[in-house]
Amino acid sequence: MSTSIQSISLSGKKKQVSNKEMTFLERMYLIAIFKGLWITIKHFFKKKATIHYPEQVREFSPVYRGQHMLKRDEQGRENCTACGLCALSCPAEAITMKAEERKKGEEHLYREEKYASIYEINMLRCIFCGLCEEACPKDAIYLTISKELVPAQYNREDFIFGKDKLVMPLEMAMANTKKLN
Amino acid sequence: MDSAFIIEKSIFIVVIFAVTMVMAMYSTWAERKVAAYLQDRVGPNRAGWGGLLQPLADGMKLFAKEEFEPNTKNRFLFFVGPAVAMSTALMTSAVIPWGDRLEIFGRTVILQATDTDSAILYIFAVVSLGVYGIMIGGWASNNKFSLMGAVRAASQMVSYEIAMGLSIIALLMMTGTLSLKEISVQQHGMHWNVFYQPLSFLIFLICAFAETNRTPFDLAECESELIGGYHTEYSSMKMGFYLFAEYANMFISATIISVLFFGGYNYPGMSWAIENWGVNIGNVIGIFALFAKLCFFIFFFMWIRWTIPRFRYDQLMNLGWRILIPLSIVNIIITGICILAFK
Repeated sequence: MSTSIQSISLSGKKKQVSNKEMTFLERMYLIAIFKGLWITIKHFFKKKATIHYPEQVREFSPVYRGQHMLKRDEQGRENCTACGLCALSCPAEAITMKAEERKKGEEHLYREEKYASIYEINMLRCIFCGLCEEACPKDAIYLTISKELVPAQYNREDFIFGKDKLVMPLEMAMANTKKLN
Repeated sequence: MDSAFIIEKSIFIVVIFAVTMVMAMYSTWAERKVAAYLQDRVGPNRAGWGGLLQPLADGMKLFAKEEFEPNTKNRFLFFVGPAVAMSTALMTSAVIPWGDRLEIFGRTVILQATDTDSAILYIFAVVSLGVYGIMIGGWASNNKFSLMGAVRAASQMVSYEIAMGLSIIALLMMTGTLSLKEISVQQHGMHWNVFYQPLSFLIFLICAFAETNRTPFDLAECESELIGGYHTEYSSMKMGFYLFAEYANMFISATIISVLFFGGYNYPGMSWAIENWGVNIGNVIGIFALFAKLCFFIFFFMWIRWTIPRFRYDQLMNLGWRILIPLSIVNIIITGICILAFK
């Protein structure tokens, strides 16, 4: 049995278009209007698609790139060594930092011998491409783990996020360590 | 005329005024809610429970907005336009029977501001005055889009008033009276006019959509062609008056449809309720019955708005002059033959 190309329908919704004259009933449009009303009233009772944003948050995909986070290791020390590769790789030039040498007695705070005393990302410049994450040799910066969007602000200055907003909270690092053991 | 009568009527008029305003206010809320639900959204839900305080917030916003006046010679007319639109929208409610009667302190209170013999004529007269609000506003705005919107509104209303009047004539031949009270009384016991005059009802309904300038006949404020139509230049509460007048008109049209075709305040088992529960309770239920009917029609107005797209202007005129008017004349002839044959 051979099927002609005209009778094949992949979607199953194929419909022959016809240009025939409308009958009197069709020209009255009343039936069509009632059909339309039926369709809209069905939508009235359907489940709503809205996500009530501040109360409900849409589920993030595992590879979603949101607000950056500077990671701590399993002992709660900052990973970043202020090498500057993230700033170098950033196409939007959103990252600046200032490096400082680790003093004696600060070993519990910073993993490497050099650390970033100032680390700032301008969220208005950032394009969330994730190249900083790829460039980082110390596993320090991640866009996927904060699971947070950058919130709206009133002033431009407020979009420059310093270490206070970027570094992973200690509780989160402790919880991660507990999960490992 | 004793003073108790005057007090009674004054209270009643104030109550009607308040109810019309509240209904118009909450129609804006209902419109947004219905629109949202028909489109799988939620609609306003921040101000108050389910957004119920939203109309108050909107009203406050409109009062607080800056008043913009175009550089026009007709400053007086620019102010008069919204006032005319609003007052004509509110005037029609005077002759509508909201219920039968109540007996309070031994007095019989008729639930109607005034029962004139020419109630329907009065309504037609006032409704056709409503177009002046739009015309004056559009003309005084000194803006070609406003003027075009006003011209469209005027010609549309004039054309559809003819079909509306003719559709009512068939109804009047049957009822034999112009008084809305009489028409309500005649429909007692499920003798609703819609069962005897379905065609007249259909024509009247379509014309009511056109008269209130609502979709699918809202060419006067067709955004894609005319920006905002006749209220393009208006801002602040003057704009609010125009929008409010539309909703007040919608409320009144829904009421007139319910009174003329759906029995007004009559409901099934009304005489039983009056006999067993007393005049007051039976008639208060009647008021609620009328409100249930008119709320359904307000909902219907909104339902249609989010179902049917806007007509093109020639289609609008075609429907009005070449379909509805001949159809209503045919309806008159059929009604006349039926009256001759069966009475």
